[in-house]
Amino acid sequence: MRPFAFKPKSRIKEFVGEKLITLSAFTALIVIALIFIFIFKEATPIFTSPEVQKEASLSKMTFKQQFNPKQEPRFSWQPTSDLPKYSLYPLFLGTLKAALIAMLFAMPLGLGAAIYSSEFAPRRAREFIKPIIELLAGIPSVVLGFFALIVLATILQKMFDLPYRLNALNAGIALGIGVIPIIFTLAEDAMTAVPRSLREAAMALGANQWQVSFTVVLPAALPGIAAGMVLGFGRAVGETMIVLMASGNAAIVSPGFIDSIRTMSATIAAELAEVVFHSPHYNVLFFIGTLLFAFTFCLNLGGDLVLARLKEKLQGKH
Amino acid sequence: MSVDNQVIAMRALDVPAAADGNTNNDRVPKMVVRRLNFFYGAAQAVYDVSMDIAENRVTALIGPSGCGKSTFLRTLNRMNETIPGTRREGIVLLDGVDIYRQIRDVSTVRTRVGMVFQKSNPFPKSVYDNVAYGLRVNGVGDPSIVKPAVEDALKRAFLWDEVKDKLNTNAYMLSGGQQQRLCIARALAVWPEVLLMDEPASALDPLSTSKIEDLIAELKKNYTIVIVTHNMQQAARVSDYTAFFYEGRMVEFGRTKDIFTKPAHKQTEDYITGRFG
Amino acid sequence: MAVAQHSISADTPAVGGTTRARPKSPGRIPKGLTFLATAIIVMILAAILTAIVHGGVETVSWEFISQPPEQGMEAGGIFPAIFGTVALVILMVICGVPIGVLTAIYLQEYTSPDSKTTRLIRLAITNLAGVPSIVFGLFGLGFFVGFVGSGMDTILGYSGRPVWGQPAIIWAALTLAVLTLPVVIISTEEALRAIPRELKDASYALGVTKLQTIRRVILPEAMPGIFTGAILAVSRGAGEVAPIMFTGAAYYLPYLPHKLNDQFMELGYHVYVMATQSPNIERTEPILFGTVLVLLVLTFLLNLVAIVIRSRMRIRRVSG
Repeated sequence: MRPFAFKPKSRIKEFVGEKLITLSAFTALIVIALIFIFIFKEATPIFTSPEVQKEASLSKMTFKQQFNPKQEPRFSWQPTSDLPKYSLYPLFLGTLKAALIAMLFAMPLGLGAAIYSSEFAPRRAREFIKPIIELLAGIPSVVLGFFALIVLATILQKMFDLPYRLNALNAGIALGIGVIPIIFTLAEDAMTAVPRSLREAAMALGANQWQVSFTVVLPAALPGIAAGMVLGFGRAVGETMIVLMASGNAAIVSPGFIDSIRTMSATIAAELAEVVFHSPHYNVLFFIGTLLFAFTFCLNLGGDLVLARLKEKLQGKH
Repeated sequence: MSVDNQVIAMRALDVPAAADGNTNNDRVPKMVVRRLNFFYGAAQAVYDVSMDIAENRVTALIGPSGCGKSTFLRTLNRMNETIPGTRREGIVLLDGVDIYRQIRDVSTVRTRVGMVFQKSNPFPKSVYDNVAYGLRVNGVGDPSIVKPAVEDALKRAFLWDEVKDKLNTNAYMLSGGQQQRLCIARALAVWPEVLLMDEPASALDPLSTSKIEDLIAELKKNYTIVIVTHNMQQAARVSDYTAFFYEGRMVEFGRTKDIFTKPAHKQTEDYITGRFG
Repeated sequence: MAVAQHSISADTPAVGGTTRARPKSPGRIPKGLTFLATAIIVMILAAILTAIVHGGVETVSWEFISQPPEQGMEAGGIFPAIFGTVALVILMVICGVPIGVLTAIYLQEYTSPDSKTTRLIRLAITNLAGVPSIVFGLFGLGFFVGFVGSGMDTILGYSGRPVWGQPAIIWAALTLAVLTLPVVIISTEEALRAIPRELKDASYALGVTKLQTIRRVILPEAMPGIFTGAILAVSRGAGEVAPIMFTGAAYYLPYLPHKLNDQFMELGYHVYVMATQSPNIERTEPILFGTVLVLLVLTFLLNLVAIVIRSRMRIRRVSG
């Protein structure tokens, strides 16, 4: 028999510990719910308060408005003028322009580098590329915004002889630099996850390296690449500091990419600090926040589903 | 544990104490297993196994891999409960007490029925802390008790002479065979009554293996041992009783010398003579 | 240029490569193009770093780091902003890392990966990671400042000027803690996943309970991963501006924050305000570049430490 006695285990400690751990685990879920509740809460007067609706109703935010009998109806975002104008269209357009330029810039670079890293690069080069991308991902967005504001804007203006330093092109490219790591990482992960057996099967049939890459690996990794695009686009739409500093922040409705733009995120950042608490303007800013949240939420959900499918597909093929 | 209590428990089970061939009536059984079934989700891994495990003897479980012998072993100290999504039916008695229904605290079961694993698994701590771990977490922290207990456990595991000068070095600095004996010492330090060994020598070289086998022969004086092994010669060398498992069922159980010289079942004979495996 | 250079090396087979034969000529074009993309990314990074180091290196000195600003921020140092940033991320780590670690423990040790709860929580975590940072700013203002802070004022009986119901370092830190939660969880989970099952088995087989096993075996083993997660969170948090704009950051303060409900200066916010609202950009540009350089060095160093720890962890896993 044991020459010493063991202490009985404290059931209470185990119980409390387990409950604490379980409770913590639900934090992320609770926070998502709280984000939605508390942002939407401040936006609800747009739907419920007639007083607020006089200035900012859904239709006033959506459709062209006639503010002056002498003028054509138009989209206008001028929340602080004597006659506040809350059309969201210029902000949508600006956001879309910036995000599109960002994707056009980041997609070929991020995807190209991912293909190079996973398919062609010698191991040493790969060991060099990955930390480079991690460094790029580690640059705070305010630093990218600063770079675009001071350096990139000057270069682009000289290069293309632009009328304004700060414009959609400038903001879009800076945004694209911020998006490259997301696209690269997800695409590269997906391609390196393609089973060796698949590559070998193709090689055994006489395909050369680039044929294997483009006919076997890329199609198999397509969901991961798509997820990278989706999440990259979500980042481009939601990113704030870069566009706030690099876009010029003028809510102009025009088709061109060399005009200044004002994005949804930058509008919140620029105006919330000076807005009157619980004014219609305040409500509209939170409404924009709700839209941003809902939009990125759906994109993330979509990206997640695609990634889950990829996992199944690759595992199923084993 | 009184014999009376045990008899009552057995009667309640209403299962013959020894079914056909599954006899070791020269000893009071230390552990009794009746109609044990085990499931991983919907897949059944162990079918209706009943067995008496004799005190201070070595019982070997043999059979091809995937036959359920390791799974069965884990049900003897409720280690099966650490795998989510599994289910057990049937009864396991330790000194006549049902370890699933009558002992509420799983810690009590596992400190009485210790376990040594196939792959040696010392903690990334010093040799001393490894052996002392089981004592400390069970509330024995007094160095005047722990220190002699650690020394004692290491001596019983035939390891003391090799490590007495490096008690404070990391356990990973020891050789593979030493690590496995350290794991045995760690299990012995909490003074178990039964020791379960899951292929304890399968990853070791012949010399280390023979040390472990010598150790088992020595340990059975004080402990009841159940050992899972792939190695038929090893089973023949170290065990008193042998159970042959095949596809989740216990095909044959008896004295080792009987099993190896005149197996009653064709499958057992085929396995022992190496016709499959 | 880059393409031409590369086509020379294209004839040598890649390390671990597949064939010794010369690649057929069409293979060079995709390889060259993708190499070009990689080269452009490297050049972009180099351009950014060169511009910032070049612009800031002459400004950054011991005085710049240790002195407060002078002459309406057009001279002097940035010590209060550095102090505020450090205080902010320390508070953030204290608030966020324990919850992140416990969440990871729950996901890895307490539930099966296929359970509905686990899936739901995972979904929430990936979604949280994708929420735009400005939305976190709105959330921090609406929930922490407007709801929790004002609620505390009401309960504690403060009337008149808000004491807690105003932007403050604690609210900014909590907002960032929520924002960086996924980073901590993912990093800790990776570490937990790497712990061999045998170690846990050894502990359980000695009659040790789950909680004791977590405390004495699992957490010590996962420590490098938790540390990495915390550092990555700090690196991320130190660079975020949008979430703290409305929840506590101030452009200029004559004192350092010393209470939880003080406002604070912060490097990133400092860069933003000086770059966009300074009336005399020529005069402040050196200070601006210096501040950006300090911020960049800070976040890069943190990232570097995290990368090194992580790769060490992987090496140990392979050899152990």
